[in-house]
Amino acid sequence: MDTARGVLSRRGGLVFLAPALIFIAIFILFPFVWVFFLSFTNQTLTGATAVQWKFVGLANYRDLLDFSKWMHSGEFGNALVITLKYVVGSALIGQVGLGLLIATLFNRRKGILREVLFTVVILAWIIPDVVIAFAWVAYLDRDFGTLNKILHIFTPAQIDWLLEHPLESIIVFNTWRGTAFSMLLFSSALATIPPSYLETAEVAGASAWQKFRDILLPLISSHILTDMIMITLWTFNTFTPFLLTGGGPAFKTELMSIYTYRIAFKYFEFGRGGAIAVVVMLVNLTLALGYLAILRKQAVRT
Amino acid sequence: MKTVRLVLSRILFYVVVALVGTFFVLPLLWLLVAPFDAKANLAVTLPSHPTLANFRAVLQNSFAMRALARNTIIQAGGTMLGTTFIATLAAYALSRTAVPAKDLLVYILMLFSSVVTGTAAMVPIFLLIYHLGLIDTQLAVILTLTGGLLPSGIFMMRDFVEGIPRSYEESALVAGANPFQVFRDVVLPLVRPGMMVVAIWAFVNAWGTFLIPFILLRSPENMPASVAIYSFYTEAGTPIITLVSAYALLYTIPVVVLYLLVNWRYGFRFFGGIKR
Amino acid sequence: MRTRIRPLALLALVLALSTIVAACAQPSPTPTQAPAPTKAAATSAPTTAPTAAPQPTAAPVALKMTCRCVEGGVNANLVKWFKTYLKPEFEKQAKAAGKNITVDLVEFGGSDEELKQQYALDLKVGKGADVMAFDGFWVPEFVAGGMLKPLEEIGGPDVKSWEGWSHIPAGLQQLLSYQGKIYGIASGTDTRAIFYRKDIFEKAGIPTPWQPKSWKELLDTARQIKQKLPDVTPLQINAGTAMGEATTMQGWDMVLLGTGIGMYDFDANKWIASAPGIEQALNFYKTVYVDEKLGDARIQLLKDGRNQSFAGFRDGKIAMLVEGDWFWRSVLGKGSEWEIPNRDQIVLWAKMPAIEPGKGYKGQDFVTISGGTGFVLNPNTKYGKEAWQFLAFMNSKEALTAYQDIEPRTRVRDDVPITTDPVLTAMGKALMPLTTVRPMLPEYTKISEEAQRMTERVVSGEMTPAQAMKAYADAVKQIAGADKVIEVK
Repeated sequence: MDTARGVLSRRGGLVFLAPALIFIAIFILFPFVWVFFLSFTNQTLTGATAVQWKFVGLANYRDLLDFSKWMHSGEFGNALVITLKYVVGSALIGQVGLGLLIATLFNRRKGILREVLFTVVILAWIIPDVVIAFAWVAYLDRDFGTLNKILHIFTPAQIDWLLEHPLESIIVFNTWRGTAFSMLLFSSALATIPPSYLETAEVAGASAWQKFRDILLPLISSHILTDMIMITLWTFNTFTPFLLTGGGPAFKTELMSIYTYRIAFKYFEFGRGGAIAVVVMLVNLTLALGYLAILRKQAVRT
Repeated sequence: MKTVRLVLSRILFYVVVALVGTFFVLPLLWLLVAPFDAKANLAVTLPSHPTLANFRAVLQNSFAMRALARNTIIQAGGTMLGTTFIATLAAYALSRTAVPAKDLLVYILMLFSSVVTGTAAMVPIFLLIYHLGLIDTQLAVILTLTGGLLPSGIFMMRDFVEGIPRSYEESALVAGANPFQVFRDVVLPLVRPGMMVVAIWAFVNAWGTFLIPFILLRSPENMPASVAIYSFYTEAGTPIITLVSAYALLYTIPVVVLYLLVNWRYGFRFFGGIKR
Repeated sequence: MRTRIRPLALLALVLALSTIVAACAQPSPTPTQAPAPTKAAATSAPTTAPTAAPQPTAAPVALKMTCRCVEGGVNANLVKWFKTYLKPEFEKQAKAAGKNITVDLVEFGGSDEELKQQYALDLKVGKGADVMAFDGFWVPEFVAGGMLKPLEEIGGPDVKSWEGWSHIPAGLQQLLSYQGKIYGIASGTDTRAIFYRKDIFEKAGIPTPWQPKSWKELLDTARQIKQKLPDVTPLQINAGTAMGEATTMQGWDMVLLGTGIGMYDFDANKWIASAPGIEQALNFYKTVYVDEKLGDARIQLLKDGRNQSFAGFRDGKIAMLVEGDWFWRSVLGKGSEWEIPNRDQIVLWAKMPAIEPGKGYKGQDFVTISGGTGFVLNPNTKYGKEAWQFLAFMNSKEALTAYQDIEPRTRVRDDVPITTDPVLTAMGKALMPLTTVRPMLPEYTKISEEAQRMTERVVSGEMTPAQAMKAYADAVKQIAGADKVIEVK
């Protein structure tokens, strides 16, 4: 949508952009460069290297990506794999899937049911982190938790969710937590589809599934992809599961954000922490570029 | 045959809706029950000892109440205002000015912000704020949070702005208005629903955030609720369930009320959704 | 043709500028002198050296003290002591001496780890309260990071001439010291033992008072309880990373010391990375948690496992718990969530035995270990002399005696007896002669965590003791350096 003629002049544009540019320069670019810079040092907050630090070149990176041990639990590779599983499971499948389901179900349907359901889903999204973590720890408790109480009707097994299935638990947790955004986005996107398309298909005898697959999906595919980019980036960096599992047991739920926290803030090795953050950013960049390539191909096709 | 299919699909619809609804509601039930029970535990049951004493005890903790009633509101409100207005201005500029590769620009900024809002940047952020002389101020928290949220905010606002036809602005320009007037009188009213979405999103993010206030604030008088809730823990680091659940409920209510108000007044949705 | 903004060029320019500024903003690698704070009114007193010129008597001195304490919450007794005794008394005495000194408390409600993080940030930029609650084993890494200074440098000649030193045993003076210099004064110390429930023992037919003399006796008692009372967890001993330092001190050290070695060899000045003792200790854990299920492994793996162990002991679901005396006085005591009302009648304690008599650390039959938290002085303080005066006052006989009335425990001075609690007195008497301390080294925190991890791997069944020990040895070598490590065959 880059038109050759803009409504705003270049100078006008700069003036409007100025506040944002100042903020971004001070609070994003500057710290980013600093962190980047730090990733090549062995600086720590306490200990001898707080006072006598030095440039270590790519040593931090080499250490992170040391293939002989990077997949051991508690190391970088382990955190990366766990995070990828978490992102694919909770964001790409969970949030997108559930969001799409709800949006489609209520497409062009108004009424109290829609309002209530949407509100509940959004509540799950806006309630503060700490509160939600509490509620979920209570929900998943082996002895008292609501989930087990309900499952007890069907099976006698009492499962210790956070201990026996930690990664699955936080994936479901994050799906629950973030679906609202995708749901809202898809809901609005679907609302832009002219009703006539669907009515024509109806007349032609298409089933609900066919309507979905052949009409709705292609028309909102670019929305889906854009949504995926955003939530991939956000999910990659969420820290909330820390409040449920602390990264454990035995590092089984140590997401990148939790791994970074442990290194940069618990151990105060913020030089190394910087390296982790940069590598994570590069991973995110790769994913984003991948999405954008697909988007571009899409745009060319339509 | 068709009616059977219709009836079945209706039943299926309600079943699915019920399942989805239950999935979302269940974990929240505890929050509605535990604060009212004098012997609250992790189970969801009708209160065995129904009481309001938990709330009374919580309200007496002046440190925690000031955190909630003043500090969190200041931080969340300030961040909301800052992010919304600056993001709208920037999104308008990016949309209406001929800027090459602006998509890429915003994506790159979002990537950078993900680095900077993570724990790896905590020490640099602390030092930055220190050198600005703003340690232990609410302003520092507001500025830092706004900065971190801006790229995503701009990203979201851009699509709201794109959805407004330029013809209105062009007419206004032709009629002799300057760009600021055009923005204020033509664009802002039209883009208000989008601003509401970004405002709520920013408010909610700032309302619940822990790490930045923890790093940048020191005096107990300045701490927000996300930090203050830990004062209801015991020395061993375990939560006192009765008090924590009551405080958590109080902590949750404002943000829920805000959402309900905005939804009722303006509707809370994206318009056309984010396409790019 | 309107020229276009080149956003990417703009971005590159800003990045370049940021790089330059960031490079200049890097703190120079020398101990930080406190830059003048931009908000608070700076006084004329220099920040690090003790004041040479005497303060004019009218100039107000405002001291601040930080601790992990919240009124009505965590460590409430400390707040009470401060508000009811320390503050009024100290300010009164200062006034009588013609000085205008006030002291205020800055309460912190987070976790220990979070307090440490705030300290690290504050001390790095030259801020922070004048008197800071500090855990002993943080001292080495902060000193190595140039963030703490010895008391003498901050408080001046008064420090050396303080009367309190003669009343504090040398071992306790070491709790907040590093490489021969003292950085703070400990609040007290503690010891660890096996706490057990008399009522459960009686039901299982075990005579009390009970004192096992070896691991075999300890385990046999556990087995007997398990047989007679299958619903009760006989023995719970800390393991795993969730409990943090509590695992190392109440768990790992208590078992390891029983095999004759500690984590660190104080004579050779090296860390013990692998040894038969380590494997024996791990096998003890394996027996308890994996093989015979004498302990509940689940509690050791859960994030909030520690309070579950407390609740289990309170409810009679756990028969024996290895804990510190803080457990007796704070956890089981009055007003606590895990309070046992008839604690004095049904909770007894026993010394932790070595694997066999005479085979424990330093050839002892029984073992224990002590920690210590205390208070340090902030090297950035503007009022070094007055801050020291307050610290000395906190540790005077009168002040500590007043504290005993609020919360009786082992105090650091030998002229302040524990008057009201016979258990604490008995524990102190029996265990203090046997105790040892953690090595005060900057890398201790990391190695301690590796030990916790090692126990977690064995208790969860993820690794065998031999494998877990090997992983620990590799980690220790990496943390401490291969030349600071010995491996005992």
